[in-house]
Amino acid sequence: MHNAVNLWPLLGIAVVVAGFLLRVHPVLVTVAACAVTGLAAAFPVAHILESLGSAFIKTRNLPLILLLPLAAIGLLERAGLKEHAQASIATIHSATTGRLLTVYLFVRELAAAFGLTSLGGHPNMVRPLIAPMAEAAAEARVGSLPEPLRQRIRAMSAATDNVGLFFGEDVFVAFGAIVLMQTILRAEGLEVDPLHMALWGIPTAVSAFVIHAWNLRRLDRRILREAGPRK
Amino acid sequence: MISLDFFYVLVGLLFAATAVMNLRDRSNPRRFSTALFWGLYALVYLAGERLPPLVAGLLMVAMALIAGFKLVQPGRAQALPEDVRRASAARLGHRLLVPALAIPVVTMIGSTLLKDVRIDVRPLLDPKNLTLVSMGCGAIAAFALACRVTRSTPLQGVREARRLVDAMGWAVVLPHMLAVLGLLFAEAGVGKAVAHLVTAYLPMDSRLVACAAFCAGMALFTVVMGNGFAAFPVIAGGIGIPVLVGVYHANPAVMAAIGMFSAYCGTLMTPMAANFNVVPAALLELPDKNAVIKAQLPTALPLLGVNIVLLYYLMYQ
Repeated sequence: MHNAVNLWPLLGIAVVVAGFLLRVHPVLVTVAACAVTGLAAAFPVAHILESLGSAFIKTRNLPLILLLPLAAIGLLERAGLKEHAQASIATIHSATTGRLLTVYLFVRELAAAFGLTSLGGHPNMVRPLIAPMAEAAAEARVGSLPEPLRQRIRAMSAATDNVGLFFGEDVFVAFGAIVLMQTILRAEGLEVDPLHMALWGIPTAVSAFVIHAWNLRRLDRRILREAGPRK
Repeated sequence: MISLDFFYVLVGLLFAATAVMNLRDRSNPRRFSTALFWGLYALVYLAGERLPPLVAGLLMVAMALIAGFKLVQPGRAQALPEDVRRASAARLGHRLLVPALAIPVVTMIGSTLLKDVRIDVRPLLDPKNLTLVSMGCGAIAAFALACRVTRSTPLQGVREARRLVDAMGWAVVLPHMLAVLGLLFAEAGVGKAVAHLVTAYLPMDSRLVACAAFCAGMALFTVVMGNGFAAFPVIAGGIGIPVLVGVYHANPAVMAAIGMFSAYCGTLMTPMAANFNVVPAALLELPDKNAVIKAQLPTALPLLGVNIVLLYYLMYQ
């Protein structure tokens, strides 16, 4: 070996790629990648298990954001929250799935750009409100939906939340990504104003909105083409 | 002080309840292994740091094996029939929205107005985890309001939470386990190895190739790691700073901003970002776990191209 960098831990990445391509169960892929990475870095087995264990305990704050709203959302669903959202959207005759999701994209991205990232999210907005409304808007136009189309509408609702969040929050100066970039550039001897980084994110943020809104328009046309206008 | 520990106990109790309800549910064909899975996860939250790391590691591997061999199954869904829900929706109307909106409202109040509130000298909300703790308080407020509006008992709320946890199944733990993998990658030096390969083998003598390699590298490395924050230091350190700034004298602010957004294009395309891509598919009960990623590809790929062009033309600003 003429260089000091150990390339063997890259086998862990190979396991991940191969596992997902071969459609092995994702949880098994993850644990296998942990084992291979640890062994390739020449850690003893007990050390690997200890690293996994302390990391597992340390990162248990991650699922909180998903789990804590569930009890409230579940009760509201039982009391008809989805049905209420669907009935409300059906009374707005100009509402289409694409227009509704475009409005949500705009609000989500703008709110995130002002640091209000908690205004939205999959468990507390998309599942109980946005996805049912998107489905109901399509049903109000074309009647019953074929199952693949219904699933596509739900997936687009989740996608819209992600796109709005990702490309909005990075324009907000106090967001973690900006702090991270500043720290890393500073370590390399480059002093950069966080405001400039936020500013130069705006062209991409606008492009993200335009591209995704265009895809939502295509979804509207697909709904009309596959389900046809209501007779 | 309200800290994360309080919410860890709540989530632990929720998983314990999920385990017990599944154990007693004779309609669940895998009730023992399902109960064991959620019981072990409850232990992770209830015992927390008191678990020796070796034991916690073994716990994680055991959970992965139970989930990986499809031994975690949902119990019987005891949802109300649709006409009952419709009648209830018509009766309660917009009041149903109040608890749902309480979560973001309380989160915002907590993380702005209550930020500096102290009882004696200790802060009311844990300042290190302010947003998460505020969101937890919002969830509790929403739960109380939901019980009031729907005139349900808290026990019914636990049953509903179990229904949703059951429906998501193993997808609940996937983001958690991927985060563990990310930390192990860092400890084993995977990032260093990738940076070494990228800088040693890519030709950087044309400005367009350098811009494209930088943006695509960010996206690709994020696809593999599942996290833009893991990709940024590696690719910025490997291409962005030495080549774009060092050789082509790009504005570092433009390089950084567009680089991070290219990484986010990668986040939209990978099952490794399970929190954003796989969990919502489970939450929306989509049979294809990659459906959200497929819906995002037509946005992510053109946007990556736009990023390369933007970087090429804006880098001297």
